[in-house]
Amino acid sequence: MDALDASVPTISPGRPFRASVTTFRALMGSGFRRYATYRQATVAGTFTNIVFGFLRCYVLLAVAAGTVGATAGGYDARQLATFVWVGQGLLNVVGLWGWVDLSERIRTGDIVADLVRPVSPVIAYLAADLGRGGHALLTRVGPPVLVGALFFPLATPSRWLTAPLFAVSVLLAVVGSFGCRYLVNATAYWLGDARGPLVFWTLGSGVLAGLYFPLRLLPDWLAVTLWVATPLPGLLQTPLDVLVERDPPALQVGLVALQAVWAVIMLALAGWVQRRAERRLVVQGG
Amino acid sequence: MGELRAYAALFGGRLRSATAYRASFAVELVTNAAGTAIDVATVFVFYRTAAVVGGFTLDEALLMTGITAFAFVLADLTVGNIDQLETYVRTGRLDAVLVRPLAVLPQLVLADLPLRKLMRLAVGLSVLGVALARNDIDWTAGRVLLLVTAPISGAVLFGAIFVLSAATAFWWVDSGKLGHGFTYGGRDFTSYPITVYGSWFRTLFAYGLGFGFVSYQPALTLLGRADPLGLPAWAGYLSPLVALAAVGVAAVVWRSGVRHYRSTGS
Repeated sequence: MDALDASVPTISPGRPFRASVTTFRALMGSGFRRYATYRQATVAGTFTNIVFGFLRCYVLLAVAAGTVGATAGGYDARQLATFVWVGQGLLNVVGLWGWVDLSERIRTGDIVADLVRPVSPVIAYLAADLGRGGHALLTRVGPPVLVGALFFPLATPSRWLTAPLFAVSVLLAVVGSFGCRYLVNATAYWLGDARGPLVFWTLGSGVLAGLYFPLRLLPDWLAVTLWVATPLPGLLQTPLDVLVERDPPALQVGLVALQAVWAVIMLALAGWVQRRAERRLVVQGG
Repeated sequence: MGELRAYAALFGGRLRSATAYRASFAVELVTNAAGTAIDVATVFVFYRTAAVVGGFTLDEALLMTGITAFAFVLADLTVGNIDQLETYVRTGRLDAVLVRPLAVLPQLVLADLPLRKLMRLAVGLSVLGVALARNDIDWTAGRVLLLVTAPISGAVLFGAIFVLSAATAFWWVDSGKLGHGFTYGGRDFTSYPITVYGSWFRTLFAYGLGFGFVSYQPALTLLGRADPLGLPAWAGYLSPLVALAAVGVAAVVWRSGVRHYRSTGS
């Protein structure tokens, strides 16, 4: 009965840093395990990702085939296919959709249990979300990429820098996405229910993060504005651009740096909003 | 009469609960309309890159997108929320639905009617209107009839797919987003000329599931274009039959699903 063992990680008051790391790791593990129990949902979600992979891949390839030089937005056919199929997996790692934990807890009043804990809710949920992302990385990326590779020629990275930069970029995408989702969910502190903002987020994030089409297909001024003025391209488009080597190395590093700036801003904003909310919160429910 | 009053009460309850959080409901109304607008904007983005995609121009593709958008919105607005069935099955709330002396499907549909999608209807209709204006269509009685029957048949087909997808929850409770591949996936499939898809994938979705008859075949007939994939011109008029067949299948599956249902006991 190992799984039901009631031991808790030892937190020593004399070593606060180590204590925080232990807590953070325990919360991450809980996030990982929670999603590991949704096995059937993982299978169903993967199937849907694959169907949309085919749909988007065929349409983008047809668009590229209709241009002079057979490139769309600066991507050739292999890069487009890689963009779509890895994107269908990465979508779950980044966790663009479906996270309503916080808003539901605010609506029901359960949030009060999070507030009495000695860890800030932003940190606690971030840790759990990184665990969730880790689980998705292990289970949700492989199948669509495999199917994509079976049916379409994919691009393989040729620069050594691509692999480490992609890893950093994915991590930043998860953190940035978490910050955005936390803020969207936190509107429930003021609205009582975050359904409206959540729908708004689902729509906006899908199209502006580069899921429906690579943002490079947009006019340059619009694409640059999105990159600089919003965190959204950093959630999907930037890691995918890094992976398919769309730009020269220097520009790729620059884009990831921009992504990091946005991730920090969103996280800080989430922390600030949480503190503001705590000052005015009236817990619902009885 | 009593039955109708019961359905009206269900719908009234839905109306009150949807509007309970006004700010959220207003945001939902607007964003749902924006959803359809984004789908259409995506088509423009693609045609910004290439003048011809899959052998069709922007205006021709827009006609397909318009028929699809309108048909899908009609279906989504009326039976779309049946995909909540999974929650009903998992939580055991379906028990309460089953013990009432009313049919299961209408109860679920009315109790969950997604009013927030109301504004989508206007967007879908205007896209179709714009597409019709931008194409030079040689109007005949047959084509006018087609313009009416195609979106309605498309809506019926999408509705049947919604019910079929939702019914998987009777056998597989955690089917989750599985159905979205066919409902939203079907919408995406038929938003573009089906010539863009690879052959086996196209055969499966267009002819196997019938999505080719939602917008592609009717649009070809409206435009007076021969099908590059070889179906005769009258194929555009087949949509009602395809929709009816889908409804037949959906009805059989739904009924056996309800019979198969065992409460979770919670």
